[in-house]
Amino acid sequence: MSANLSAIFYLISGVLFILALRGLSSPETSRQGNFFGILGMTIAITVTFLSIGSLSSGLIYVLIFLLIGGLIGAIIAYKIPMTAMPELVAGFHSLVGLSAVLVAISAFLNPEAFNLGSPGSIKLASLIEMSIGAAVGAITFSGSIIAFLKLQGIMSGSPIIFRGQHLLNALLLISIVVLTYLLCSTQSSNFFWILLSVSFLIGFLLIIPIGGADMPVVISMLNSYSGWAAAGIGFTLENSALIITGALVGSSGAILSYIMCKGMNRSFFNVILGGFGATEQSATSGDKKYRPVKSGNAEDAAFLMKNASSVIIVPGYGMAVAQAQHALREMVDTLKKNDIKVTYAIHPVAGRMPGHMNVLLAEANVPYDEVFELEEINNDFANADVAFVIGANDVTNPAAKSDPQSPIYGMPILDVEKCKSVLFVKRSLSAGYAGIDNDLFYKENTLMLFADAKKMTEEITKNL
Amino acid sequence: MEIDPFIFRLSIFILSIFIGYYVVWSVTPSLHTPLMSVTNAISSVIIVGAITAGLAGNSNSEFTISNILGFLAISLAAVNIFGGFLVTQRMLQMYKKKKKDK
Repeated sequence: MSANLSAIFYLISGVLFILALRGLSSPETSRQGNFFGILGMTIAITVTFLSIGSLSSGLIYVLIFLLIGGLIGAIIAYKIPMTAMPELVAGFHSLVGLSAVLVAISAFLNPEAFNLGSPGSIKLASLIEMSIGAAVGAITFSGSIIAFLKLQGIMSGSPIIFRGQHLLNALLLISIVVLTYLLCSTQSSNFFWILLSVSFLIGFLLIIPIGGADMPVVISMLNSYSGWAAAGIGFTLENSALIITGALVGSSGAILSYIMCKGMNRSFFNVILGGFGATEQSATSGDKKYRPVKSGNAEDAAFLMKNASSVIIVPGYGMAVAQAQHALREMVDTLKKNDIKVTYAIHPVAGRMPGHMNVLLAEANVPYDEVFELEEINNDFANADVAFVIGANDVTNPAAKSDPQSPIYGMPILDVEKCKSVLFVKRSLSAGYAGIDNDLFYKENTLMLFADAKKMTEEITKNL
Repeated sequence: MEIDPFIFRLSIFILSIFIGYYVVWSVTPSLHTPLMSVTNAISSVIIVGAITAGLAGNSNSEFTISNILGFLAISLAAVNIFGGFLVTQRMLQMYKKKKKDK
């Protein structure tokens, strides 16, 4: 296949990828979008095989490795529980990062295969592109591994901070630029290896100071990085499918990071510099200990909801941890049978990744037209009888509006406080991620339900 | 003077960023998780580089390190491609509208 023809096919697969993302603008078109994505990928892979022409003995190995990887991927995709999506996505990012690194190394060692010159005299532009692709890929890889370990609970979700952390990161970032320059001017492979090692280290250092609940931003950011890495490699390989995809994924991740940061009213740098939630505890824990709360049991909760005419459910990460989404939907079904109007309110940063709660509710067969975003539903709280907060905390804290001293001041919150009564399913009175107390717990019309989210929800259903 | 092909690629890149910007803003927030998994899958189109690397210049049956790295990259990218698209498919299948009667 001629180079021009294959370039056209790569362009087509790039366009199909654009359509794949476009499809996600509504659930109805999304499945078709995914099909376009698969088609685009099939075209890209087929064209690559055809353009190489001579089917050498390596072909069989290529196919074997392709099948092994594909099989593992397919098994993972079918086995993975929906609550583990954040870990899965983080894990997948690390694979994109690592394969970008491997391709870059391969191109560096054997530049002839990619028309980039010969070892020791690689074209300058290619060398720069390759370095960028490899460095960003390495950062994506080690960063995603840390994110994965934190989400999986293998590593503590609390931020790891030490003195001079930011200075060290800054120095390492500068050294990347210097190393790239040295690599380009000397073509010495030593600099290439050092560059890769430093990049792996940066990815690691960049993510360890970021705490668990900031993971939505981290995952989006790593998503973006994996795109830029792909684009860097795309420039090296002069492949438009890769360049288009890299740009799409890069900007997609960047937009998601922005949306997540806005959902917390924090700047991107504030999140990236990390340490949030680790230093704030002392601020509020002094004077307001031992405030009385009203706590109740499943019967009380069932009574309140039975007499309501509208209920709004506010799910949070706690629901995912307790795997309570199915129990919750059963409770809602019972409520609906009693002609009670039930809707769901989702805060942009609820859970550990963008859209986390929506997927869990969809898994539990909650129709997506009963699930609303913050702006769509926030005015309804004032007219609702009961707000059922399950596993969420900081996103309902009125301090974000009333207390300028609060670390979450200015963050958009769900106006749960405006409801006639509030039910809080929570294991204890402990502070949320931001390390601050929630005034809502102590309000006259709040009833605390101290229990595991799933057990409590099941109990309530029995009492309805 | 002839225009360097790099400039063309740069144009594609910049324009694609803009396309990505507008397309992604129109994605409904409830599908943000599938968006991440599908972007994950498509960014694994890096497999084309891995295949090139795996098949590069071995007329005799000996493999260079470069080939082997290519093979590994193929596996990793394939995990992502199959895993990414299939898990997206699985998620999207769950998004259902309210049933009228029950």
